[in-house]
Amino acid sequence: MGLTLADAIAPPDGSGHECQWTLNFGPQHPATHTTLRLVLNLDGEVILKATPDIGFLHSGFEKLGEHLDFNQYVTIVDRMNYVSPVANEIAWHHSVETLLDIKLTPRCQMIRVIFAELMRIHDHLLACGAAALDLGAFTAFLYAFNQRELINDINEWATGQRFHPSYTRVGGLQRDVDDDWIGRVRSFLKGFPAAHADICRLLNRNRIFIDRCKGIGVLTREEAINRSATGPVARASGVVRDLRKNRPYLAYEAIDFDVVCSQDGDCLARYLVRMEEMLESHKIIAWAIENLPSGPVNSNVDDRMVLPNQLSVYRSIEGLIHHFELNMTNRKWQPPVDEVYASTESPNGELGFYIVSNGAPEAWRARTRPPSFIHFSLFPHLAEGHTVSDVAAILGSLNIIAAELDR
Amino acid sequence: MSTPEAYTPPESHAAIVALAKSVAGCDSLIVSGFRDNVRLEVPPAASLEALRKLRSHAGLDLLVDLSAADYLNYPNAVHRYGIWYVLESVETGIRLVVKTWADDPDPRVDSVFDVWRGADWMEREVFDLFGIVFEGHPDLRRILMPDEFSSHPLRKDYPLRGDGERHNFHALSREES
Repeated sequence: MGLTLADAIAPPDGSGHECQWTLNFGPQHPATHTTLRLVLNLDGEVILKATPDIGFLHSGFEKLGEHLDFNQYVTIVDRMNYVSPVANEIAWHHSVETLLDIKLTPRCQMIRVIFAELMRIHDHLLACGAAALDLGAFTAFLYAFNQRELINDINEWATGQRFHPSYTRVGGLQRDVDDDWIGRVRSFLKGFPAAHADICRLLNRNRIFIDRCKGIGVLTREEAINRSATGPVARASGVVRDLRKNRPYLAYEAIDFDVVCSQDGDCLARYLVRMEEMLESHKIIAWAIENLPSGPVNSNVDDRMVLPNQLSVYRSIEGLIHHFELNMTNRKWQPPVDEVYASTESPNGELGFYIVSNGAPEAWRARTRPPSFIHFSLFPHLAEGHTVSDVAAILGSLNIIAAELDR
Repeated sequence: MSTPEAYTPPESHAAIVALAKSVAGCDSLIVSGFRDNVRLEVPPAASLEALRKLRSHAGLDLLVDLSAADYLNYPNAVHRYGIWYVLESVETGIRLVVKTWADDPDPRVDSVFDVWRGADWMEREVFDLFGIVFEGHPDLRRILMPDEFSSHPLRKDYPLRGDGERHNFHALSREES
């Protein structure tokens, strides 16, 4: 057996500190929100070395991805980052559709954009709210969760599920949205700016919050790139990179929005970038909901990639055959024997899937590129030299979702 | 795999491919592509040098992804494990997939820890789930599975269903904990 955790958590040699001690932080700790463990070597209150120990929530998602077909695996994928489930589904099916070379209909693209941006707001509300909660600002968290409830209702109206909707399908969606749903999104859009302003008023000029975030956990631009940071964490360090702009997918090319960046790279910058991004997402949804194209939501039925609707299954022989062909274990899709990496800008950062296909309707290998995993590897770098109380601020600002971290 | 001789990389990648071919041991590397991915297959002996050069001379400064797959019984597979590095330039947005390989009984490739610190946990994850050793990685331990775990679950010869591995873990006494 090679190196073990015991080797890694040994106190640093020869540092000359007399009053060193070791603190176990987690796996069950309110500030970790889920199960992750940190072993901190401390000198008094100052962190000399932080060693993350993860894997408590490892449930073999990628192994399951090799045994479930492209539509079935979506139910696993949205349990990865359960704070923004539909964003994961969109990322997964984006990769599958790249592999199968499916062109989505304009309506499907726009609905996916709306969902992706709703999920961004959903995720950032939790990230900012929980970051504030960990630092003692309870009210902001409640304001954020009020808005998250409304987004859950929107999810439910479109998909029948609040939390794990499994909404996307290869080449389309589980079902189309209706006018009531559009009304719900509109009413959410109407109320959101006021709630956002409430949270800003509670936190942005809050002396305690700023003191606990400013200058804590600074990530420079060079280190952000060197350590593979993406998404709001990288953008808060001045890396101007947003896949929605750099490698446009869905309908993002046609939509006008700004990429939010900061140059400070500390916990406060990450908080502020997330808060601003919510307003950009609001702008995108407001445009998209008024410019929602009509037409079919699933791509061309003749391609035999998308499940036909219920009526045509029950009332036509072609529909029935088609339905069987996509459900029988020896039929389904026939992807090319090749491999592809495709990624989307999820709320937390770049969420990509590398799919290796052997021509079967299940992936040979379904690799997830999980932003939380990579951001958590930044933690020792960010925490060293700070005090124990800053651990909560840094963890909150990275928005680690353990289900995605361990998969 | 699409046939390599039929593939010519897009113009944006021409300089990068030429640069990679100039690395010692890479003159006959295979260039392939699929959809918008451009892939270079680099022999493991030259992979570290090629990746180092791609970072320093071609500006591919972001290691987006690093992982592996087990190609046991995969159609027309030559090597058992494939390891890929998805690289991207933050400035230009050019993306490149570099692939290398490893084989049983002792799968190992050079670690790119010194080139990108972001490779740290990604290499540990591949080591944990596939048992591929990254030579030169300073802290190569299991990351998702516990230290006592004896197999590598993402290998194709590891079953999806089974009795589990519980017998491998002994109960801790109070003194040991």
